[in-house]
Amino acid sequence: MEKSATRDGYGKALLELGRQNKDVVALDADLSDSTRSEYFAKQFPERFFSMGIAEQDMIGAAAGLAFSGKIPYASTFAVFSERAYEFIRNIVSRNRLNVKIAGSHSGIATGEDGKSAQAIEDIAAYRVLPNMVVLQPCDAAECEKMVFALADYKGPSYMRLHRNAVPVIHDSNYKFEIGKGEVLRQGKDAVIFATGTLVHETLKAAEILDKEGIKVYVVNIHTIKPLDSNLVIDLAKKTNYVVTAEDHNVIGGLGGAVAEVLSENYPCLMKRIGMQDMYAESGRPDELYKKYGLDAESIAEEVMKFVSKKK
Amino acid sequence: MQKDIVLELKQKAKELRKEIITIIYNAQSGHPGGSLSAIDVMVGLYYHKLKVDTKNPLWENRDRFVLSKGHCSPAIYAVLADKGFFPKSELEGYRKINRMLQGHPELNTPGIDFAGGALGQGICFALGIALACRLDKRNCNVYAMIGDGEAQEGAVWESSMAAAFHKLDNLIVILDKNQVQQTGKTKEIMDIGNVTMKWKAFGWNVIEINGHDMAQVVKALDKASKMKNKRPTIIISNTIKGKGVSFMELNHKFHGKAPNDDECRKAIEEIGNIDVKKFK
Repeated sequence: MEKSATRDGYGKALLELGRQNKDVVALDADLSDSTRSEYFAKQFPERFFSMGIAEQDMIGAAAGLAFSGKIPYASTFAVFSERAYEFIRNIVSRNRLNVKIAGSHSGIATGEDGKSAQAIEDIAAYRVLPNMVVLQPCDAAECEKMVFALADYKGPSYMRLHRNAVPVIHDSNYKFEIGKGEVLRQGKDAVIFATGTLVHETLKAAEILDKEGIKVYVVNIHTIKPLDSNLVIDLAKKTNYVVTAEDHNVIGGLGGAVAEVLSENYPCLMKRIGMQDMYAESGRPDELYKKYGLDAESIAEEVMKFVSKKK
Repeated sequence: MQKDIVLELKQKAKELRKEIITIIYNAQSGHPGGSLSAIDVMVGLYYHKLKVDTKNPLWENRDRFVLSKGHCSPAIYAVLADKGFFPKSELEGYRKINRMLQGHPELNTPGIDFAGGALGQGICFALGIALACRLDKRNCNVYAMIGDGEAQEGAVWESSMAAAFHKLDNLIVILDKNQVQQTGKTKEIMDIGNVTMKWKAFGWNVIEINGHDMAQVVKALDKASKMKNKRPTIIISNTIKGKGVSFMELNHKFHGKAPNDDECRKAIEEIGNIDVKKFK
């Protein structure tokens, strides 16, 4: 299967969007080669603004552009977008301005650079801001759809992107809709809601579980906020065993979001797979996923233990 | 003719100083000190310089005014109500529940171009507007007012670097250098040093004035609005926090405190007694 990183999808789509819509502008904080906003920058230098290593200034400027009718896409690493958190809170989210923030190199999969670059709190941080939409694509094709969908959506958003190539499981016919979960695999014993890179680990885990006679639903949650509550509740009712999987702290991320919805609507047992309120370390992404329990084998093992409580 | 304008503007500033005191007194909450230091320049802007349309507050070719020091909302509200952006009766609702005029400005108030309240965020926002206006080839300027205490925020300098780098000669910042911040003299809290040299070193045009001398204010705004040399411009406006009310002048206790009955009466009297000819 073809492999590509979500950031590649971002760069490709932004460039194409720039061709189609003259109001689209882009900003970056000296990471345009990594975030792939450089594709847009090279084609449309007059609509690309280099802001230097100054994330607060980048967000404020993006907000001013949005206030003036432009459609700004502001990109940097996920973790450094947090430098501008109070700017995002007080200018972008408070005023419901149409700023699209893209945070690349999220999660421990960022790997060798170590703790400083591995954002594991960004979903939680942005999810609590009123008006904010929080998205995470699982592959480059989905990311392309997301970039275009956001151009038609008016309001603040945070898009969580990734460094590494992952299998491209969607194609150009994929119908993407903000706020709708995507059931990738049918099951009965449990449901696993996964987001971002962990969608792929979860699909592999489902294969392993299948061989053990355990059938699990696999759902791609590309929109963490607004969460597809109906789907979450529906599949919880069908299985009674709910698992979440994310390359993010289990506190406040997808696990937190699903727990919030279920505790008010259909309380049931949950298992949250993700970073257990700790930072990781330097290493290859596959090694890190194994060590911190985010790889397919670890997920399968956890789900087996979890489902065994059923009897 | 210029002299007549200056006299008129001085009179308007006097009126609006009284309005500021009244607004804050009614709310028993708000920031008189910075509002009184900034009002002369705001009058210069709104009654002499800015191209705005009260019937169409979001007119695309208007000059923009970003009040970065958002706690000086009484000053901007007094101006906007007087100009007719919204009814004067709204001023009574300042800081009150279910009313329009929030403690710090919000974008849904007609005439407001920036939702302040968090210092250090106005220049970058103005910079974004200036970039958009240049892209759209609009014949307008973007003005932003910051405070001297605010210049302690690192983001002010990030934005100042970026505005020069992007050659935004449609951006004009006014530093309301009123010398005092919430807990004391700016020099004693965190001295911002030689701001003229600093902004020059950042690549800006720098104009320094007495921000309570209306003739200087008008001249500086006229000059700044025509400076098209690929550099942003800053007007260092030397002012006095609480200007016009003796017991508020340079008194940090009136940074964010409303006057009581006696203080309000005294303040209004003092402002009323200011001799326009002597007023500097």
